[in-house]
Amino acid sequence: MKILVPVKRVVDYNIKVHVKADGSGVDLANVKMSMNPFDEIAVEEALRLREAGKASEIIAVSIGPDKAQDTLRTALAMGADRGILIKTDATVEPLAVAKLLKAVVAAEAPGLVILGKQAIDDDCNQTGQMLAALLGWPQATFASKVVIDGTAAEVTREVDGGLQTVAVNLPAVITADLRLNEPRYASLPNIMKAKKKPIAISSPADFGVDITPRLTVLKTADPKARKAGIRVGSVDELIAKLKTEAEVL
Amino acid sequence: MTTLIIAEHDGQTVKDATRKTLTAALAIGGDIHVLVAGHTVGAAATAARRLAGVGKVLVADDASLAHDLAEPLAALIVALAPAYDAILAPSNAVTKSALPRAAALLDVMQVSDIIAVVAPDTFERPTYAGNAIETVRSSDALKLITVRTASFKATADGTGEAVVDAIAVAPVTSFSRFVGEHLTESSRPELAAARVVVSGGRALASAENFNAVLTPLADRLGAAIGASRAAVDAGYAPNDWQVGQTGKAVSPDLYIAVGISGAIQHIAGMKDSKVIVAINKDEEAPIFQVADYGIVGDLFEIVPALTKALG
Repeated sequence: MKILVPVKRVVDYNIKVHVKADGSGVDLANVKMSMNPFDEIAVEEALRLREAGKASEIIAVSIGPDKAQDTLRTALAMGADRGILIKTDATVEPLAVAKLLKAVVAAEAPGLVILGKQAIDDDCNQTGQMLAALLGWPQATFASKVVIDGTAAEVTREVDGGLQTVAVNLPAVITADLRLNEPRYASLPNIMKAKKKPIAISSPADFGVDITPRLTVLKTADPKARKAGIRVGSVDELIAKLKTEAEVL
Repeated sequence: MTTLIIAEHDGQTVKDATRKTLTAALAIGGDIHVLVAGHTVGAAATAARRLAGVGKVLVADDASLAHDLAEPLAALIVALAPAYDAILAPSNAVTKSALPRAAALLDVMQVSDIIAVVAPDTFERPTYAGNAIETVRSSDALKLITVRTASFKATADGTGEAVVDAIAVAPVTSFSRFVGEHLTESSRPELAAARVVVSGGRALASAENFNAVLTPLADRLGAAIGASRAAVDAGYAPNDWQVGQTGKAVSPDLYIAVGISGAIQHIAGMKDSKVIVAINKDEEAPIFQVADYGIVGDLFEIVPALTKALG
């Protein structure tokens, strides 16, 4: 079974982004970029499935600028077998990403697509669900445990109130939540080896997919700032403030 | 124009998240209908009739909807969509899973997690863990929207005159199948709706401490208990207690952060709280930059003292 793992190049999770003064977006010039952390978890899960003999080949796919090759190289260094880059400098919304991934699925025929539940830049939490819909496949979102048994997967999902377990027939789309696994670090020899692994490059037009955004971003602003408050010296002072000043007790 | 709200309910009552979503729908304007989907949801449907400003309650009561699986709910939304200009849902684990599926089937780009309605086609939503607020205009004829309920006030209930319509649920080819669930038993208020939240971080150092230190304070305040991602990852608290970018967004009147350093992604989930109290031994902890009241010191002394002083 092939596993397809879509990976997104995003601003590194340790970076606190700054909104540009003219409101045209966030300033990403000279900011460290990394693989979306949830996608890293998805890559790790695919690798573990291959190591357990459940998968034969892992294909990482990214949609983004030329630099997204770095993200694919990270996936290859972790252990993915080959990469696919659909190159575009445009903003590609989840719906268009799902359409492009559907075309990749048609060409590669994977038995499983596993990807992060959410990208930490646009925070949309849509792509996996949309891809499953377009493919007419079952979906198991927010996975914290995946067990593949023959032609089905049993997936434990993080839901409001606790955990839910569902079974899906393969092929299926699974989205990875935080506690699915802890991704490995790529070793230096594997980073060197990854440089020789193939990355096929194409463009959205090659798949005949219209990626025109449906949402227009009119402006980007700083969130309402909270002022740092005061330090209180004792529990009694805190309670007094909460009662008389904040009036929440 | 007509808007459909996907109700959050427990079969018996309609959750406050639904009333908060209603506030967003009222800001969009037009007629408002509410969908109560699930299995044996008659009581919730009756409760939904009392929602203020709602003209019609659609009830989809079917065994296939019993476990909130995404595929049948998405199919139901797709079937209902032609009659609506906008479909709004409170952002929760069920709608986050089902609504994008419906959106793709309808060829609509969903607007996730709105925090304000600027115009019927224009919304504000947080990106980058809440560090940037985008104002986006949707060009889709149908709007599919999830609502960050922490950013809206709940409506008061009305008199209960909404018409109730039973909806036939078409069978869906089997997709995901429910196997089981493990839900956290709790008599506490729900995290997303609580007036007071007591939240713990990695500094609690163990599941035993987490429980022993925070539970008495939460009991005293009638509070829900939350946790930072670090505390959940370390196994001190269950996953559904996580507050933050990828956990729950909360906006209680009082949020008490205990031993939480204040990572960007945690602050994203609690900075809409009315009053924030931080208790941390590290006076440089970023949590103090958003806290109204901070105490620097040992949480193992301060929290029990606070609990005791509240008597």
